[in-house]
Amino acid sequence: MTRVSITVDGVQYIDEVEPRLLLVQYLRERLGKVGTVIGCDTSNCGACTVALNGRSVKSCSVLAVQADGGDVLTVEGLAGPDGSLHPIQQAFHDKHALQCGFCTPGMIMATWDLLRENGNPSEDEVREGIEGNLCRCTGYQNIVAAVQAAGQAMSGQEASA
Amino acid sequence: MTAVEDRAEDRAEIGRARRRKEDRHLLTGATTWTDNLTLPGMLHLAILRSPMAHARIRSIDVAPARHRPGVVAAFSGRDFADSQGTIPCAWPVTPDMVNPGHPSLAVEQVNHVGEAVAVVAARDKASAQDALEAIEVEYEPLPVVLDMPTALAEGSDKVHPHTESNRSFVWTFESGAAGTGEPISDALASAEVTVRRRFIQQRLIPSFMEPRSTVVQPTGDGFTMWSATQIPHILRTMLALTLDVPEHKVRVVAPDVGGGFGGKLQVTPEEVITALVARRLGKPAKYTETRSESLLSAHHGRDQIQDITVTARRDGTVTGLDVHLLADMGAYLRLVSPGVPILGAFMFNAIYKFPAYRFVCEGVFTNKTPTDAYRGAGRPEATFAVERIMDELAHELGTDPLELRRKNWIRHEEFPFTTVAGLTYDSGNYEAATERALELIGWDELKREQAERRERHDPVQLGLGISTFTEMCGLAPSRVLGSLDYAAGGWENAGIRVLATGKVEVVTGASAHGQGHETAWSQIVADQLGVPFEDVEVIHGDTQSSPKGLDTYGSRSLTVGGIAVVKAAEKVVAKARRIAAHLLEASEDDLDFAGGKFTVRGVPGGGKTIQEVAFAAFTAHDLPDGIEPSLDADATFDPENFSFPHGTHLCAIEVDTETGFAKIRKYICVDDIGQVINPLIVEGQVHGGLAQGIAQALYEEAVYDSDGNLTTGTFVDYLVPSASDLPSFVTDRTTSPSTTNPLGVKGVGEAGTIASTPAVVNAVVDALRPFGVDDVQMPCTPERIWRAIAQGAEKSDRAAEGTVAYGGASTSTADGSDGDQL
Repeated sequence: MTRVSITVDGVQYIDEVEPRLLLVQYLRERLGKVGTVIGCDTSNCGACTVALNGRSVKSCSVLAVQADGGDVLTVEGLAGPDGSLHPIQQAFHDKHALQCGFCTPGMIMATWDLLRENGNPSEDEVREGIEGNLCRCTGYQNIVAAVQAAGQAMSGQEASA
Repeated sequence: MTAVEDRAEDRAEIGRARRRKEDRHLLTGATTWTDNLTLPGMLHLAILRSPMAHARIRSIDVAPARHRPGVVAAFSGRDFADSQGTIPCAWPVTPDMVNPGHPSLAVEQVNHVGEAVAVVAARDKASAQDALEAIEVEYEPLPVVLDMPTALAEGSDKVHPHTESNRSFVWTFESGAAGTGEPISDALASAEVTVRRRFIQQRLIPSFMEPRSTVVQPTGDGFTMWSATQIPHILRTMLALTLDVPEHKVRVVAPDVGGGFGGKLQVTPEEVITALVARRLGKPAKYTETRSESLLSAHHGRDQIQDITVTARRDGTVTGLDVHLLADMGAYLRLVSPGVPILGAFMFNAIYKFPAYRFVCEGVFTNKTPTDAYRGAGRPEATFAVERIMDELAHELGTDPLELRRKNWIRHEEFPFTTVAGLTYDSGNYEAATERALELIGWDELKREQAERRERHDPVQLGLGISTFTEMCGLAPSRVLGSLDYAAGGWENAGIRVLATGKVEVVTGASAHGQGHETAWSQIVADQLGVPFEDVEVIHGDTQSSPKGLDTYGSRSLTVGGIAVVKAAEKVVAKARRIAAHLLEASEDDLDFAGGKFTVRGVPGGGKTIQEVAFAAFTAHDLPDGIEPSLDADATFDPENFSFPHGTHLCAIEVDTETGFAKIRKYICVDDIGQVINPLIVEGQVHGGLAQGIAQALYEEAVYDSDGNLTTGTFVDYLVPSASDLPSFVTDRTTSPSTTNPLGVKGVGEAGTIASTPAVVNAVVDALRPFGVDDVQMPCTPERIWRAIAQGAEKSDRAAEGTVAYGGASTSTADGSDGDQL
C-alpha cells in the first residue's frame, strides 16, 4: 500500500492505495465520485476523462499513485457553488449534445481542455480535438456545435470579466 | 431561454424544441448507472469465460479460487445445473424451430469463445478478478463450425451434438401462396431481365457506451435487480419464469442506462448468474463487465448472407423479388434472435410495387457469440439488399437509379397501400421527400462534377448514392405478433396521476435509455391536460413504480407508449369533466375544455382549471354522487398497425482511387416521420442513427479467426467511429402524418440506421463503376476499395471471402494470400 494525497474537485483526500489501483477506480470505488465512468479497458473511449493538474487525462490510464500530490477536476466539480452549470455543461444542454449521457462526463472534460488550448476551434479542430472520446448516441454533430458554442460563451465571459 | 422558446407563451408544446428535462444530472455527474450502486455487504463478481470456441468441459475445479484473499465463493455451471434454467427465447418463429437450450453458466460444453464457465464472488472486484486465474478447467476441443454454408453442408460438424443439424429453422413467405401477390415462380420464369447478387451483412456489435452491469439484492423469497437493461418489464417476467421465482416477488429497476441500440434488449446470462449467486449466498451481488467482455459476450447483430434475385421488364418495371437469407444465430438462441431476420421479411419489397415476392430465411448455428437485435433489427438488412439491388438493376438496364425507383415506387396518391408482403402502409410521399433531398444536396451539379472527374480520370472519383427507404416500426400490433409466433403482445401502458396541487405524474411502461421520453411525454401531457411542461414528472424504469409495460425497442416508445399516454390523458379529462360540470352547475355536454380550463359554452369568464378540479377531487368535499375522488387514470394501448416512416437519403462520397480511402463529402437526408413532438430530439435520433448506419458501411465489423476467436474484441480493433470519422449531416423533413394514431406520429429511432448504409455503399460502388466494380463488401475499408479497383469486382469478392464473418472457411483468401481482416 502506498499513501497518496490527492485533491479532487477542491477536497483533499489522503488514502492508502494499492500501487496498481487506477485513478478512475480510486475516484469511483474509494471516493464514491461515480460521476466519472469507465467505458472501456483499452483507453479508447475517453468516458473516464478528468483533468489532472490542468490537463485532460484518461483516468483509466493513470495510476492513483501517479496522481499523488495532484489536483484532479472531474465533471462533478465543474458547476458553480450555487449549482449553476458551467458554460460547457450549459452548451451541451442547449445544443442537445447528449442522449444517454454516459460519454458526457468525459466529453465535457475533454472539451474543457480543448477550449483551454483553443477558445474558438473550427469544426475540424473540434472533431480532431475530441477524437479520443467515443459517443454512440449523437453522431457527434450536436457535440461539435456545443463545443463551439461553449468556446464562444467562455470567450465572451472572459471579455466581459 | 432560447429565441424559439421566448416567442410563444401559449403555443402548443408539441412541436417545440424543448431542451431536455433529463439532462442536468447527466451533465453534472449525479448519475445512477447500475455500476454506481453499492449496497451494504455487497459482493463483487468476476466471470471466467471460455477461451475455446467449441469444447467439452472434461473437468472444472473452482475450489482453488475459494482460498484466494477476499474470495467468498466460487461456482461452476455444475453448481447451478439444476436451478439456472435456460436463457429464454421468446420468438419460436416456426413450430419445428430447434432451440438447443442456453445455460447461463456452461455445464458440459462451451460453444463460443467468451461463454461463461465459472463465477467468483469476493469482497472487492479486484480480488474476484484475481481469483479467476486459480480456477482449473480442462477442455476437450471439438471441431469449430464458423461459417454458415459449411455449417449447413451435409455431414457438417455440429455445434450442438443433440441436434440433427446446424439448421434452427426455415421460415418462408411466398406471395402467391399467401394471396398477397402473384406466384414468384411465374415472375422468375417470365423475366425479361434478371439480376442476382449475393450481399453480405457483416456481423456488428451494438457497442452501447455503458458496459452492462447488474446488481441483485435478495429480498425474502424474491429479489430486486438493478440492471443496465432496455426491458425491465420483460426481464422481470422472464427472470420469474427462468428462475422459478413468483413474478410478484421479483422487482427489476433500470436506473440510468447508457444506451442500448437493441444490445440491452436481452435476458443475459450475466443477469441470471448474478441473481443465482446473490440468492445462493443471501447477499447482494454486483457484476459489471469490462468492455472486452462486452464485445465478446453481449449479443452481436446482423450477420446474414443474402442471395437476392430481382426480375423486371426491359422497360424497368419490376416483376419479382426473390430473397434467400442465411442468418447466423451464433451458438444459441437468445430473446428474439430468430425473429430479427423475420422482421426483415416484410421489408425487402420496401417502397416498390413488386407483384411477386418470396422470402426464405434459414437460421444457422455456429460457434460464435449469439446474434440478436441491433438498431433496426432485420430492417437495415432488408433495406440494404433492396436498395443495392435496385442500383444493380438500373446498371443492368442502363437506366438512372433514381428513375428506376420513381418508376416502381408507390405514388403518394396510392396510399393506403397494401404491399406484396401483406402490410398496409398508411401514408407517405416518396416524391416529396426525394425532390427535397435532391434540391438540398445539389444533385445535378454533383452529377456534372462526377462526369468531369470521370472524364479527366481524376484520382479522386465522386460517387453518388441513393437510398429511398421505408421501414416498419412501432412494435407492434399484438395480433400481428401473435400471427408471427412471438410470445408476447405489443401494447404499452401509461398512467397519469393528478396530485392535489395540480402537478402531474406520468407513469410509462416505456423504458428510456437516452431517448428523451421524460421531455417528450411532458410535452404531450402538457398539451393534453393544459398544464405547464414543468409541472409534469415522468416515472419509468422500475417495475414497482411503473408496474406495467413492454419497454423500449423497435421505435415503439412514442407510437405505442406515447399514444397510451394520450389515451390515459383523455380518461383524466373525462373524469375531470364530470366534476367540473358539478362545480360549474352545468351539463357536461355544455363544457369546453381548452388550455387546461373547463368553461361553460356561451358563458364568458369563470370556469374551472384542471388544477382546481384536481383539488376538488382531492378534498372530495363536494363531488357529484357516485364519483370517485380521483382524476387518476391509466390506459393500455395496442396499435392497429405498424408505423411506416420513410425518407430519401443521398450520399456524395469521394473515393481516392490510389489509396482506396473513401470520405463522405455530403450527406443529406429528408425523413418523413409524421408529426414531430420535439424536433431537437428527432434530429438527435437521426444523427445518431446515421452514424451507426454509416459505420456499418465504412468501419465496423466483428471478425473471427479460424479458431473462433473474436479478433475485434476491444475498441482498438472494433472501429466505433469518432467525431473525426464522420461528416456533418444535413437533415430535413417532410410530413405525412400517420393515419393510425391520434398524434399522427411515426417512429424515428431506427430510421437513420436503416436508411444510411445502402446510401453510402451505393455511393462507393457508383464511384467505382468505371473500374468495372459492381460491389464492395462492407465495411468498405480502404483495402477493400483498393483491391476492388486494382483487381476488379471478382477480386473484391474474393478478398472479402477471407474472413469467416462472411462465410469463408478460414482467414485465407481463395487465392491463398493472407486474409483480409480489416
